[in-house]
Amino acid sequence: MGRALAIAWKDILIEFRSRQFLGAMLAFTLVTVVTLNFAFDLDRGDRTSDAAGALWIAFFFAGMLGLGRAIALERDRGTLEGLLLTPVDGGTIFMGKFLATLLSLLFVEAVTLPVFAVLYGLPAWHPWVIALAIVGTVGFAGLGTLFSAIASSGRTREVLLPLLLFPLLVPVLLGAVQATAIVFQGERDGILAWFNLLVAFDVIFVTLAYLGFSFVIEE
Amino acid sequence: MQSTRQGTGRWTALTGIISVVMLLIATYMAFVYAPTDAAQGNAQRIFYVHVPMAWLAYLAYVVLFIGSVGYLWKRNQTFDRLARSAAELGFLFTTLVLITGAIWGRPIWGTWWQWEARLTTTLILWFIYLGYFMVRSYAGEPERAARFAAVLAIIGAIDIPIIHMSVRWWRTLHPEPIVINTGGPNLPDSMLLTLLVSFIGFTIFYAHLMLQKMQVEMARDRLAEREADFLMRPVGRSKNETTYPTTGREVTGASED
Amino acid sequence: MNEPYLQTSGVYKRYGRQVVLRDINMNVGVGESIALFGANGAGKSTLLRILATLARPSRGTVDAFGEDAWKHRESVRQRIGVVGHQPYVYPELTCAENLHFYARMFELDADEVVPVALDAVGLSNRRASAASTLSRGLLQRLNLARAILHQPPVLILDEPDTGLDRAGRQVLSRIVADQIGRDGAVIFTTHSFEFGLEMATRAVSLQEGGVSLDRSAALLSTDELDRYVSTPVQRIAE
Repeated sequence: MGRALAIAWKDILIEFRSRQFLGAMLAFTLVTVVTLNFAFDLDRGDRTSDAAGALWIAFFFAGMLGLGRAIALERDRGTLEGLLLTPVDGGTIFMGKFLATLLSLLFVEAVTLPVFAVLYGLPAWHPWVIALAIVGTVGFAGLGTLFSAIASSGRTREVLLPLLLFPLLVPVLLGAVQATAIVFQGERDGILAWFNLLVAFDVIFVTLAYLGFSFVIEE
Repeated sequence: MQSTRQGTGRWTALTGIISVVMLLIATYMAFVYAPTDAAQGNAQRIFYVHVPMAWLAYLAYVVLFIGSVGYLWKRNQTFDRLARSAAELGFLFTTLVLITGAIWGRPIWGTWWQWEARLTTTLILWFIYLGYFMVRSYAGEPERAARFAAVLAIIGAIDIPIIHMSVRWWRTLHPEPIVINTGGPNLPDSMLLTLLVSFIGFTIFYAHLMLQKMQVEMARDRLAEREADFLMRPVGRSKNETTYPTTGREVTGASED
Repeated sequence: MNEPYLQTSGVYKRYGRQVVLRDINMNVGVGESIALFGANGAGKSTLLRILATLARPSRGTVDAFGEDAWKHRESVRQRIGVVGHQPYVYPELTCAENLHFYARMFELDADEVVPVALDAVGLSNRRASAASTLSRGLLQRLNLARAILHQPPVLILDEPDTGLDRAGRQVLSRIVADQIGRDGAVIFTTHSFEFGLEMATRAVSLQEGGVSLDRSAALLSTDELDRYVSTPVQRIAE
């Protein structure tokens, strides 16, 4: 676990120094949120479930950008080989990459949520929304890290990654959007059930991705 | 080796003949023997194709799952051939179940498509199959393609029930399963019998196609092996010579194929 | 006679229809420094990648430390130090941070091994410089420091002299000499005949994917070596 943290820390430090990507991801999320308003008229009071959908679509698209880079950058630079030449196992590399991706996505979401709340007058900074953002993003980052490793070696990784990831993430997207919509409507019924379901998805998806990762990067 | 091939050949022929006979009988039963459904009319008859297709779409995925687990565990080409064959046929059946379902849905529901749990899950199954082929073709080396695809197939296998359940929670319009009901089958005996014949006929047909496909894949692997044998044929033992032992033969070799 | 560290038997490698290596039988013995020569595209890098367990032979096997190298690649990787074409270095991190990171991956005491490695390649004064600010030669030194961090018995170096100045080459020579001195082994590629023959105890040459020469580096002249390295066409072109 210490080595997984070292990998995650290294990635965060690199991102912090180069400031290439987090900023771009954040700008992309915000512009998506704003653009979706023109498509769905999100500031009308009766469009709360559309607003929840728009929020999560923005998160998923931004996450796709972040994921596309997580492994591909190391592969392109050759440092993935350097990492493979050390005695760390695939599971440890997965945990490190997963944590770094998760933290950067959560950072983007932490900035987006208050902006979203201000723009649409919705309780997007509500503790339940924050909790849902976290559990929704864990599943996304878990499966996403695995599939970014699968897609990173191909020539068409930008297309391949969403094609593989979106269908398999339907349960996470459904759960997160439904529960967020309930919060936006100012209600409570059913949130806990969706939340628990999302936690269960997280456990399953992160475990699967952890186990699958070693097979994907074995050479 | 020769005897097992003959054995496979016999099974292929046998399943081929049985399935053709059964499917001919099933066609007759579906159009002549089975009564016209009181509520749904003649449109209901597509049910005798639609239901077996749905079953095969998922059965093929089970086979794909077994092949994938086997491949990652044993790294044996046979398992990968099983997975490849099952995936191609599964994709075909999934496409057919979606099309026959839409044809059925149009007159009965008044719409081609419903966002209902079983339909949605099957549509996503179709995308997973599609992703499977994309991974296989983009991964480069065959060994790596097999490995990546197997990982995807296994995750898909575990995800499909989860997707089904979550969509079910989300919304459900589809009529309750008609055949396997707690109170026993609701269908008239003649319809049930027709469905049964069609079901068994198509399943044996699937087995037949699998055997055929496995043989094709086997031949393809053998061909690749022969090519490898030719490309990596032993070099004449002429170390420490300044001549180029491979150059001359390389040229004739290239012209042979 | 000690068992060689690495031993290939009948190794072939192909990419699609392109056969890059043909029937390679060679070994890397205790206390040896092997210079691997060959024209561009002769298969040098591929052979080193296979020895480093970064690529899998299409045919044949590699034994490393008495085990099948591919099957036991995780344990093999702890006992080899590799310098590849790309420096396995993160440009945004400083020299010391890069080495610290790799030391942690090897579960070494970073505070102990990092200064030693930096000193060995003469980068102590640049410890706090970001790797992106280093020149090609200095980057290569950092890359060497990374490869020797865990003091592996075998070093596998692909064109380690790239970009190195005179002082850098001396650093490299010293690393190779140290490695031999403590009964380790080195196998490296280079395009410089003089430098390669000077550093090597044994010279191996690849020609169109096959071994065209394998003998003691002593008493081997560069002119003679050239005959085993370049094909007639290449010689005419020059």
